[in-house]
Amino acid sequence: MIWLTWRQFRAQTIGATAVLAVLALVLWRTGPDLAHLYDTSGIATCNPNVNCATLASRFLNKLSRIDTLLYFLGIGLLYAAPVIIGVFWGAPLVAREIETHTHRLAWNQTVTRTRWLAVKLAITALAAMAFTGLLAVMLTWWSSPIDRASALNPTHGIALIRLAPLLFDARGIAPVAYAAFAFALGVTAGALIHRTIPAIAATLAVFAVIQIAMPSLIRPHLLPPAHANVALNPANIVGIKDTSLLATPSFTPRGGWILSSQVIDTAGHPFQGANTTACQSRNYQRCLASIESLHPRQLIIYQPASRFWAFQWYESAIFLVLALLLAGTCLWWIRRPRVA
Amino acid sequence: MSAVLQTRGLGKRYRQLQALADCTLSIPAGRVVGLVGPNGAGKTTLLNLAVGMLAPTSGTIEVLGAKPGSGSAQLARVGFVAQDTPTYAGLSVADHLRLGAHLNPGWDAALARDRIERLGLDPARRAGKMSGGQRAQLALTLALAKKPELLVLDEPIASLDPLARREFLDSLAEFVAVHRVSVVMSSHLVGDLERVCDYLIVLVASRIQLAGEVTELLASHRQLTGPSRDPATLPAGWQVISASRTDGQSTLLVRTSGPIDDPAWAASHVDLEDLVLAYLSRAARPGQRPALDAQP
Repeated sequence: MIWLTWRQFRAQTIGATAVLAVLALVLWRTGPDLAHLYDTSGIATCNPNVNCATLASRFLNKLSRIDTLLYFLGIGLLYAAPVIIGVFWGAPLVAREIETHTHRLAWNQTVTRTRWLAVKLAITALAAMAFTGLLAVMLTWWSSPIDRASALNPTHGIALIRLAPLLFDARGIAPVAYAAFAFALGVTAGALIHRTIPAIAATLAVFAVIQIAMPSLIRPHLLPPAHANVALNPANIVGIKDTSLLATPSFTPRGGWILSSQVIDTAGHPFQGANTTACQSRNYQRCLASIESLHPRQLIIYQPASRFWAFQWYESAIFLVLALLLAGTCLWWIRRPRVA
Repeated sequence: MSAVLQTRGLGKRYRQLQALADCTLSIPAGRVVGLVGPNGAGKTTLLNLAVGMLAPTSGTIEVLGAKPGSGSAQLARVGFVAQDTPTYAGLSVADHLRLGAHLNPGWDAALARDRIERLGLDPARRAGKMSGGQRAQLALTLALAKKPELLVLDEPIASLDPLARREFLDSLAEFVAVHRVSVVMSSHLVGDLERVCDYLIVLVASRIQLAGEVTELLASHRQLTGPSRDPATLPAGWQVISASRTDGQSTLLVRTSGPIDDPAWAASHVDLEDLVLAYLSRAARPGQRPALDAQP
């Protein structure tokens, strides 16, 4: 069974290895220069309260166009890898056999359907995880100077925070779990639907919904967030809506993930004092001064940067458990004769 | 005890469609069984039930004394060549033999190699580039080299040209003679089965119309020509399968165990094709109950 799995999966293995090899070559050629740029930027020895943000910004501005391109390409690749694995490795695994009727050949050798699927699932899932793992390790290593600088100056144009939704999915070990999950999802869809193309569509739809739902609905609550109650910096006020103030966070937890920020009054209630007489007169300066005299504060709810790995482990555990549940579903499904 | 295929009241229903109903069979070992019937009669369903690709919705089925597809030991004992003889288009002939060797502990590598050589198949050739006949031969080779006790072949020759058909059947007959394996094969062409089969099952509209040893079936059926007569006056032991009337003359196909001793009737033997056609057309006549009593 191992031989057959390998033989049927050979082309994909070669393709994946080629992608890894080309990427490794490109990153190995450009990585040391990027690391050197970081080492000579002074960020490593900067003072957080004095010049870190400036040095980080200077470093990010000095990135070559190739480096910037590679950085975002790498993120895109880590987003794409689980999807590609689910769609092209997972969905056809059972569906293609049923479509081409080769399941009638495969399931009538001296190997039970359960064992046939178990071996295929295990080997291909391990390959998917190894591939994504190597991809993640290489890209995380190469991108680490940019990631570190970004954490020091989150307001820079290209800065992404690795704990925040956009970058989180493309760093650490989470991509490995996503790959395992997407693969199991594809196999399950193919086994239940029996046809490759609809199974691919179903895999894409379900995976997209889950990848959107996870950072917005579930991940923020995996650990109780931290709170910061700080004076509102008037420079952060961006507008007035009825009686409340709109403002960007006055406090940026370095490398942290801001879940919400709300303007509050000194008693801790949502700030409702923006309809001062000065504001009704539409004189912006006086309006601002009148609001400042009320000492509005800001409540910022966030996940600190130090929890990155805790979140990575939680996230990975969740997706690996989901992958195992799906694999169990497939094995249960295939045990009974259903498709002739 | 030595039945290769034993069913009792076997039925398979797909939502609205009753694909197989009330099928009771007991096929002894060592036979080459022909399963005949029109398209959609339920032949494939019966064979898929026999190899465990389908589960019955009613009744029971035992193959070589065990539940079909119930484990690797049972899988090893049954070789199956499915309808349209599936092979992996991207794999070469040699790859298919490797597949067989890796997946079957009882694999006879020499047998497989010899057969491929004798058939003149290029081991390096991909299955996707071969003709239907070559693919069928490759699929049969895989099933044979597994050294099963029972071979189940579902319309293996339907898509082949006459020459390839003959080669396929000859190579099958040769194998059966040497290795004493039981075979159940379906076809909607009686002529093909006559060459190799010694046991016959006629399946029409999801029900079994006739089942038995070919020699017994031929011995117990007679074509009779004689004066037209009221069917009620025919001897009690006669079961009329088909009847036609022209110019005061009747032609009957009857099943009877006794001799035909009425001189008014001119009796002649029937061949397998006439026999099967008579049962097929009887089952197709409206209002005709399936002849459950036609079973052995």
